[in-house]
Amino acid sequence: MDYYLSVATFGALNVILALGLNLISGFCGQVSLGHAAFYGLGAYAAALCSVAGLPFPVAVVAGMLVAGIFGIVVGIAALRVREDFLAIVTMGVGFLFLGVVRKQQWLGAEMGIAKIPSPLDKWGYALLAIGAAVALVLLSLHVRRSWMGRAFGAVAQDEDAARSIGIDVAGYKIAAFFIGTAAAGLAGGIYAHMTQIIVPDAFNFIQSITILAMVVIGGIGSTLGVVAGAVLLTLMPEMFRFINDYKLLVYGTLLLAVMRFSPEGVAGLVRRLARTAQARGGRRPA
Amino acid sequence: MFYVELLLVGLVWGCTYAMMALGLTLVYGLLRILHVAQATVFTLGAYVGLLVANHTGSLALAFVAAALAAGALGPLIYRLIYQPILDKPPFVALVASIGVLIAMEDGFRLMFGPSGLSFADNTWFTTTYSLAGMVLNLVQVWIVAAAVLLLSAFAVFAARTRAGVAWRATVSDPQMAESFGVGVIGVRYLNFLIASLLAGVAGVLVGLLNNLVEPGMGGVISYKGLAIIVLGGLGNVPGTLVASLLLGVVESYGSVFLDRVMDRDAIAFLFLIIVLMVRPQGLLGKAH
Repeated sequence: MDYYLSVATFGALNVILALGLNLISGFCGQVSLGHAAFYGLGAYAAALCSVAGLPFPVAVVAGMLVAGIFGIVVGIAALRVREDFLAIVTMGVGFLFLGVVRKQQWLGAEMGIAKIPSPLDKWGYALLAIGAAVALVLLSLHVRRSWMGRAFGAVAQDEDAARSIGIDVAGYKIAAFFIGTAAAGLAGGIYAHMTQIIVPDAFNFIQSITILAMVVIGGIGSTLGVVAGAVLLTLMPEMFRFINDYKLLVYGTLLLAVMRFSPEGVAGLVRRLARTAQARGGRRPA
Repeated sequence: MFYVELLLVGLVWGCTYAMMALGLTLVYGLLRILHVAQATVFTLGAYVGLLVANHTGSLALAFVAAALAAGALGPLIYRLIYQPILDKPPFVALVASIGVLIAMEDGFRLMFGPSGLSFADNTWFTTTYSLAGMVLNLVQVWIVAAAVLLLSAFAVFAARTRAGVAWRATVSDPQMAESFGVGVIGVRYLNFLIASLLAGVAGVLVGLLNNLVEPGMGGVISYKGLAIIVLGGLGNVPGTLVASLLLGVVESYGSVFLDRVMDRDAIAFLFLIIVLMVRPQGLLGKAH
């Protein structure tokens, strides 16, 4: 049972991470290759708070806020650079986070932070993570239908056109970065308390790409697709224990294959199948 | 003297970055793809070079074999992966490219072991010269020589030959070039061939410099290559060369003075971010 609970918790954390990134990259069109840095910021901030003796809820909220505030900073930077320039800048943010944390003695350098107090049991973390993931799914679905979601879509499609019809492009970009990175920070805070030990390498470039993989394999921009992508990529290594040694080989090949054959991900595939089924259904005599 | 030595070491690294980044900027200039998988070409070159060198004892053969292997892999990546998704949004090719990199890095690990291989007889590494109190080894000398030679050869090719003119015409206006009878597809293959040859040779040189060839050696240098082409103003060849040397030198000084604050990779990207905040179009890029 413990095993299933921890898989469920990690699945939920991945859903939170992927939906956060989807809000930035899918809804608002700002490609980010450094999402793991915000996961890490949340984890480190929450861990420091808990080690300092602050209560668990305060620590988790602090992790969220720290990640969100740095997200705003990157969002402001995203106003200066666009598209491919932005992709490389966000990749740089990831390397910068990692390179700085690795050298800080007060953050434990390469060894990270250990002995983080753990106030909940396995059930507690699972329920908390799943609850947060469900809340984020609902928020994500709501945002998509709201004025904000439509403004995000306009920014994603054509920034200049959006600006010309009076949409506050800068404001919406920063908002997307804040919500998305704060979600990553929340996941980081839960992760740090659950595992009770964090090391810099847990938040490296491969982790950023893994989160991006969940988004693109699920179908960038589609909330339910991204949830499916996150669950799929969480379960895959668990179901196929034997691929553990080849995990990155399989990840890489999967990323390549999805981009090459179905760039719209699982969501695109489902839509295509549904259309085909509908077309077939239409031809059948009533 | 210490500072001059740092400058020299930085310039040597800058030359390896230049060999890597020129290819990346060529690919970007033509197809608007951030070709991360160039790292795979680089690492393949290094492994092939090492295996040939250790079996035959000849470095010349090693370079030829590495260039051939790399020169085959690059155009193959274009044909099998990029060509079918050229009309998709740019992140599609980028993610596919990262997929190739991650998968192949693991592939190299499974094939040749995680800890890497060393050259059996690395005479370039052990041959050193003292110059006014500074010590350089022959690999470092060759890196500079190779960068100067290969990049000059590229400059002559682009300026003087028919194929070079066709290449430049295609970069500046593919449709116009095509209607003047330039084979655009051929130019693309040529582009990947040049980029891959440079990366393969750079791979062997970096392998010799560290006396180690390991699965992850291409990753970081390729990410930095992307930082460099962005720094130079995407698709801008002179900008890329300036940015390569500059980044090498900044890293070299930075890793001494900022050692307590951040590591080498972080210095490179911090520099990138600072420059882009001041000049969002890159060092020599044109303003939008």
